[in-house]
Amino acid sequence: MDLFEYQGKLFFSRYGIPISAGEVAFTVDEAVAAAERLGCPVVVKAQVLTGGRGKAGGVKVANSVDEVRTHAGNILGLDIKGHVVGRLWIEQASDIAREYYASFTLDRSAKQHLGMLSAQGGVDIEEVAATDPDAIAKIHVDPVEGLTEARCREWVAAANLDPEAVQGAVDILVKLYEAYVDGDADLCEINPLILTTDGVVKALDAKVTVDANAVFRHPDYEEYDAIQHRDERETAAHDKGLQYVGLDGTVGIIANGAGLAMSTVDIVSQVGGTPANFLDIGGGANADVMAGALEVINNDPKVQSIFINIFGGITKGEEVANGIIAALGRVQIDAPIVIRLDGTNAELGRELLQPHLSETLQMQPTMIEAARTAVALAEGTK
Amino acid sequence: MSIFVDENTKVVYQGLTGSQGRYYGLLNREYGTQVVAGTNPKKAGEDIEGIPIFATVGDAVAATGANASCIFIPAPGVKAAVMDAAEGGVEFIVVITEGVPAHDEAWFYNRLKRDFPGVQLLGPNCPGIISPGRCNIGITAGHIAKPGGPVGIVSRSGTLTYQALYELQQKGIGVTTCVGIGGDPVPGTTFIDCLERFEADPETKAIMMFGEIGGSAEEEAAAFIQAHVTKPVVSYIAGVTAPPGKKMGHAGAIISGGKGTADAKMDALRAAGVKVGLNPTEAGELMAGIVAGL
Repeated sequence: MDLFEYQGKLFFSRYGIPISAGEVAFTVDEAVAAAERLGCPVVVKAQVLTGGRGKAGGVKVANSVDEVRTHAGNILGLDIKGHVVGRLWIEQASDIAREYYASFTLDRSAKQHLGMLSAQGGVDIEEVAATDPDAIAKIHVDPVEGLTEARCREWVAAANLDPEAVQGAVDILVKLYEAYVDGDADLCEINPLILTTDGVVKALDAKVTVDANAVFRHPDYEEYDAIQHRDERETAAHDKGLQYVGLDGTVGIIANGAGLAMSTVDIVSQVGGTPANFLDIGGGANADVMAGALEVINNDPKVQSIFINIFGGITKGEEVANGIIAALGRVQIDAPIVIRLDGTNAELGRELLQPHLSETLQMQPTMIEAARTAVALAEGTK
Repeated sequence: MSIFVDENTKVVYQGLTGSQGRYYGLLNREYGTQVVAGTNPKKAGEDIEGIPIFATVGDAVAATGANASCIFIPAPGVKAAVMDAAEGGVEFIVVITEGVPAHDEAWFYNRLKRDFPGVQLLGPNCPGIISPGRCNIGITAGHIAKPGGPVGIVSRSGTLTYQALYELQQKGIGVTTCVGIGGDPVPGTTFIDCLERFEADPETKAIMMFGEIGGSAEEEAAAFIQAHVTKPVVSYIAGVTAPPGKKMGHAGAIISGGKGTADAKMDALRAAGVKVGLNPTEAGELMAGIVAGL
C-alpha cells in the first residue's frame, strides 16, 4: 500500500527523522489557515500516489497567504495522470544547498535489504542508475544482523556526500532503516534528502510503501488501505475480498489461482482478444465467491463476454459446476459466458453443466478453444 | 529418485488442529504420506484421527522421528512456527500459509541460512511438494499426478502446477517430483535449488519450469541452466500482458521499474536453450515431444 507524501513524512518523523513543519489541508481555507500558522514562504504540494507532480503544476512555492489561496485553488481538483488531487500538504519552504537520494527496499535476488544512497538526488534514481551507476552507493543489510551505525558511516562515506552533511545523513539513515523494518515497509525512499544552507539534513520528500500483509501488526494502516488508487471495479472487487486488477478490454475473466488467472489473461490476448480484467477467485470456486466475481464483472460496462476458467484440484469438478450453476441463479448476467472446466472429475462437472448450456452459456474443453469462443462472442462474430 | 522428499519422509503438521491443517493433513495421509504428528501447545496429548499432537516440533521429533514439517499456521504465527521447526530438528520445512509479511520471510530465510544451514525451507505461500506415489506434502491433488518420471516440475504458481501435472498425466507422462516454490518475494526454495537437484537426479530426464512476472528468479535460473543443466528444460511464463505496477494476485508477481516482465524472462530462457511455450498447453506439448524422443 502506497502512502501519500505527508503520511510518509509523519511516519518518518515518528522515528525521529527531521522533516519540515507542515500541515495537511483538504480545502483552500484549510490551506490558508495552515500557511498562517506556519508562516510564509510555504510550499503547496499536491498529495497524489503518482510521480511527476512538479511537472504537472502540483507543487508551488507561495510567498504570501494570497499566493497560497491561488495555488491551493488551482491544485485542488487537478488531475495528475488520472489521480485527482483531494488534499494538500502545506510546509515551510526550505533553503536547499544540496539534494541527495536515500532508500531502503528488499533485494529479492540477494534476499536481503538493500540501501541506496547517492549524492545525486532530486532526480529520477532509475535514470542515475542507468547513466551513472557508480554515483549510487549500495549496501546490503542482513535482516537478522541489522544495520549498525558503524556500517552506516562507511556507507555514507562511500557516497561522497558533502562533509557537513555526513553526521546528519548517518543519523537519518539509521532511523530510516529502523522505520523501514519496524514499519514493515516495502519501500522507504527520501528523494530529495536535502542539506539546507544552514547545514541541516532533512527529508524533503517521502515515498513509502507498506506491506498489506503486515496490517495485523499495524492496525493504523487501515487508513492507507482507504486511499489506494482503485477504479470503481477494483473497489467493488476489493470490498468482496477478490484479487482483481482492472484492464481495458472486453473479455471479462474469472479463474482460480493467480497463475491460472494471469495465464487466462495472456491467452485471451494471444487469440486476438482484449482482457477486461484479472480476477483470481482462489482455490475453491464455491457459489458465493463465484456470484461475487460475476457481479463485479457484470458491472463493467465494457465487458462483452465472460470467460470462466477453472481447474479443479482438490475442489472437484461437480462442486465447481454446482457453484457456477447456483451463482448464475443469483446474478442476472448480461454478457454471454464461456466455461472451461478441467481437472479432477471434470467430466462429472461438465455433465452437470450440460442442461444449462445455451447461446449465452457455452462450454469448451480447452483453455485455447474457450478463449477463442469468448473473443468471438465479445466481437459479436459468434 | 525424487528430490527433497521420498517415501521415508516423516512429516509433522504445525496447525494440524486447525481446519485447513486437518483437512490437508488427513488428505496427505490418505495419499500415503507418513503424517506422524501435529503440533499445538494447547492440545498436546490429544490426537487427530490417531495422529498424536505435541506442544512443539522438538517434542514431535523426539517421539516420532519426524524429519519434515508442514506449516498451516495463520500468517502472524508463521515466523515463530518456522523457528520452532528448525530448532525442533527437522530438515525440510514447507510453509503453505499465504499472506506472510515480506520482512518476516526475509528474516527467517536469513536466520535459517546462518544458524540452520542444513534446513531446506519451501514457501511460504506455496502449494507444497509431491513425489507421485511416494509423498505428498501440501495442497496438491494427488490423483492428478502420474508416478514414475521422467519429468521434474518446478513452479511459482499453484494452479499452473496442477495444470502442468494434469496435462502430463493426460499424455501418460509421469513425474519424479513436482515442487511449488510459491509466489512470494522471498521464497525459501528457488528455481535454482530445484534445477540443481533435478540435474543430479538420475530418474529425472527432463525439467518443466513454470514462472511468472516479477523479480528476476527466472533470469537467474536461465543463467544457471546455461552453465549447469544438461537435461532438456521446457518453460512457460505467466503474465505476458500484465500491466506494470499491479500485483497480479501473488505478492511477488509485479512488474516494477520496467523490470520483471515476461518477455525479458522468456528471452533469457530461450537464450539458455530452454524451449518456451506460450501457454501451459503448449508447454505440455513441447514436453511430450521431448519425452517421446528420450
